Formats: sequence, C-alpha cells, structure tokens
Amino acid sequence: MISKKIVLRFPRRLVDRPLVYHLIKDYNLEFNILKAQVTAGEEGLMVLELKGKQDDYDKGIKYLSEAGVIIDSLSQNVSRNEQRCTHCGACLTVCPTSAFELDLTTRKTKFIDQKCIVCGVCIKGCPPRAMELHF
Amino acid sequence: MAKTIEEINEKIKKGNVVVFTAEEIINVVKEKGLKKAAEEVDVVTTGTFGPMCSSSAYLNIGHSSPRIKLGGGKVYLNDVPAYTGFAAVDILIGATAMPDDDPRNRTHPGEFNYGGGHVIEELVSGKDIRLEATAYGTDCYPRKKLATWINIQDINEAVLFNMRNSYQNYNVATNLSGKTIYTYMGILRPNLGNATYSSAGQLSPLLNDPFYKTIGIGTKIFLGGGVGYVAWQGTQHNPSALRTDNGVPKRGAGTLAVIGDLKQMSPKWLVGTSFVGYGTTLTVGIGVPIPILSEEILGYTTVTDDQIYAAIVDYSDAYPNMKPSIVGEVNYAQLKTGKITIQGKKVPTSSFSSYSRALEIAGTLKEWIKSGKFELTHPVASLPGIESGVTFKPLKERRIENNGTKHE
Repeated sequence: MISKKIVLRFPRRLVDRPLVYHLIKDYNLEFNILKAQVTAGEEGLMVLELKGKQDDYDKGIKYLSEAGVIIDSLSQNVSRNEQRCTHCGACLTVCPTSAFELDLTTRKTKFIDQKCIVCGVCIKGCPPRAMELHF
Repeated sequence: MAKTIEEINEKIKKGNVVVFTAEEIINVVKEKGLKKAAEEVDVVTTGTFGPMCSSSAYLNIGHSSPRIKLGGGKVYLNDVPAYTGFAAVDILIGATAMPDDDPRNRTHPGEFNYGGGHVIEELVSGKDIRLEATAYGTDCYPRKKLATWINIQDINEAVLFNMRNSYQNYNVATNLSGKTIYTYMGILRPNLGNATYSSAGQLSPLLNDPFYKTIGIGTKIFLGGGVGYVAWQGTQHNPSALRTDNGVPKRGAGTLAVIGDLKQMSPKWLVGTSFVGYGTTLTVGIGVPIPILSEEILGYTTVTDDQIYAAIVDYSDAYPNMKPSIVGEVNYAQLKTGKITIQGKKVPTSSFSSYSRALEIAGTLKEWIKSGKFELTHPVASLPGIESGVTFKPLKERRIENNGTKHE
C-alpha cells in the first residue's frame, strides 16, 4: 500500500467528467480530498491524498494523465521563502496539521512540508508573507 | 567601582571593551557574581524584532522643474497615500497606510498585502518607487501634476521616524468567543484555540533597563540595520504600569520614539508586514546598548524570561471594548515552551516578535561595539520615570452638538 498527496489540474474540457469516480471504481484507490476548486466551464484544481496498491496507483495516475489532467506532487506546492521568513513563529498556531515546529534551541521555526495539506491558512497568516503557493 | 560612559568609550577605542548580550549576561553574572561582573563588564546589548505600527519614513524628494507644491496636495507612493501637510517637497509615509482601492475588510478578513510598511521596505531595498502627485498650483509652484520614479539614492533625505517602538512588555492575546477573530495579534482561534505574544522578553531593550536609568533621549541605537537614536519617549509611554516587586513591568509600559538615516538601513531589518483582517505594518529591528555603570544597572540586565509576566487579554471582548479585565498572567518562559494553561485548558502559543532575529541584533550590536565602530552616547535627557506620574489615558469623548457648540 502506498499513500501520496497530489495536485490535479483539470483543463476546462474535463471539469464535468467523473474522473475521480473512476479512480475508485476501476483502480480500487481510496482518496481523501484535501482541497477542491472546480467550477463547471472553467479550470479545476483538486488536492488529493491517494491510497492503494502501487500497481493500482500507477494505473490510476496513467488514466488521469491520458485523460488530460495535469498532475503534480503536493510537497512542491507550498514552500517557504527563506529570504522573507523572520522566524517570528506566527505560523505555529494557525496551521491545522502542525506542519510548523519551533526549535527550542535556536528559536527558529521549521516547516515540515510532508505534514502540509496545502490548505493555505499560513499564506495569509504569515505576517511577512513568506509562505508561497506554487502551481 | 562605578564606570562612566567616557571610560567605556575609551575602552571601545582601545579595543578592550567587554560586551555581552542580554542573554549571555545571565550566566556570566551567575558564574562571577554581580560585584565582580559589574567591574569586568562594560556593555550589555539588547535586541527586539517585531511589528511596530507607529513607524514611518519622511522624505525630501527634491524640486522638479517647474516646481510643484506637494504640501496640501496628494501624493501616492506605489499607490499608497503619503502625508503631505508640510513644505513643498517633504512627504511622510506611514506603515499602516494602504492604497485607496484596497478592498480592506469589505470581504472579511481582508488580505492587506501591500501598504506603507511595504513601501518603506522597498525604498530601503533600493527599488524604484512610483510617485504620483496632484497639487493645486501657485504662482511660485505652478505645476499641478507629477508622475515619476524615485529612488532612495537620488532623493535628499530619507529618515525613519517611529513615534512608538520597542514596547516595554505587551499583552498576550487570546479569544474567549466562539468564532475566529483576526487581530493585530494574528489569527485567534475560537474558545482559547491559541494565544499570541509579542516581546523579546529577556532580550528586550526596556525590560533590561526597567527604570530608564541609562536609556534616554539621545541614546545611540541599532535601528533597522543602521544607526539611530532615541528621539523622545514613545507615544503611550506609561512608566506607571503595574510592576513586579523587582520593578519589571507586567503590562505594556515604557515606549521609545526613534529616528535614523533610512539610507543606511537594510530591508533585512525593516520588513513590510501584513495582518490578515487587520492591516499592514512594518517589522522593525532595534538594539539598545546598556552601559554597565553600576552593579544596580547590571542587576537589571540579568532579568530572565521566568521573571517577566504579561497579562493575557481576551481580544474578542475585553480589548475591543476597553474593559480592564484580564484572563490571567503568564511569564515568557512559559510562553516560550509553546503551550500555556488558561482556565484549565492547554493553549498553544506563538509569537510575532522573532527571538532568533532579536538575538542576531544583540549579537550584531555587540560586534559593532567590540570592533570599535559603535561608541555609546550620553542621554541628553531622561525618559519620564515612575516619579513623573505620566500615565496612559483613555480618550475622554465629548459630544459635539448639532450646532457645533461644546457640550459640558
């Protein structure tokens, strides 16, 4: 079993097709929607955690990309601009998944991107705006 | 034996001055004892790096040809309005100013991505700034419109002037209500979901000199990465605030007004800052040297986080409605563990003041002094102390009658 967080971008022509439904039905993949922004007739964006057997996972991803969905891995999508981060620590209590940790020795704030679900709360919650969303 | 500032400056010139940061001095005094340490140590450096809203920069942009009188007109810097109520080409940009067309909180909470604090950061970075102005035109200043790029290198003066910085202690903010609130103390989650604070604690300048025995008007300081001076006591300076038995304020107390040449400063230490649902501001780095003139003065600099208490205030009701009630008190050692207990509940904490950057400021100032490039100054006047009776008053509102007369 593997579990991966991915970002799916649907071009306009695919928004009204039940692609995710086929992931469950045809490829036995479990999914957890972390974020979804889909408007009929426009582009769609979905952040998914996909779980299943490696073989099924690979086939599912192949199915999506052949259908025209653009797929990125999630960890690349929220990042910290180290130049702007002042290590104030404001992010520590706004992140719902505790993706920020305070190093008690250096008093610096660490960003653990494996824990990040790209909810975006830290982006507006960061006073120097050091957290950036990349697509 | 008591030292003088002149003697300390002699040692700075000779290169044998002994300097510690306000964090290092705690263990130095523990090991050596107060008496011996007071003989050996010359200077203790402090630091703080936090959002400070009453910050601004004033600029003299030079005269255009033909001339324009910006005074009494309108000026925008990167769409952010600057204050023009001065002579022809002096303008002032404040940290919380924002573009006229910013949606603000029309859709709550607003983002507040760009404002005066960001203009100041970009100016100090050496970036070109778009200046657009309109004026009414006079015989001696005929021009009515001006649109030009300006750069900090080309204009006459660029001066950082902050009327209130470096608060001696501050509130700890929390939220007792059932909904998320967006404040200048950050996003406060419902039902005691978190608590936020904003002080460097044991490193903070005025907490290391609680009675303003050495820090006064004219004290030379680290300001925004350059050199500045204490210009005056800051607005809302309140030496009469509640204190512990050792004299450390338990509430917001003293403040500093500071001034310095913006051209020598750095964007690392002046950072444009956004508070979602609240507004924009400027995060400012300040470091103040404390000359160790006596055992008593050294004693104050050994203050530790567990001796500094702050009030926990409910920002959903007590703060906005000016109610004096507090939820409790907590010290900075507890706050810095990342969790405190309020009303029996474990509450995660976070800060808006960067302790790691405050340490860097205290360390930088220490190096400046040791390398001989920064000498200490004598204050020319003291900040008002407890004996002054100065307090922080609320506004006394007086109704204006419809006919404009005063209502007694």
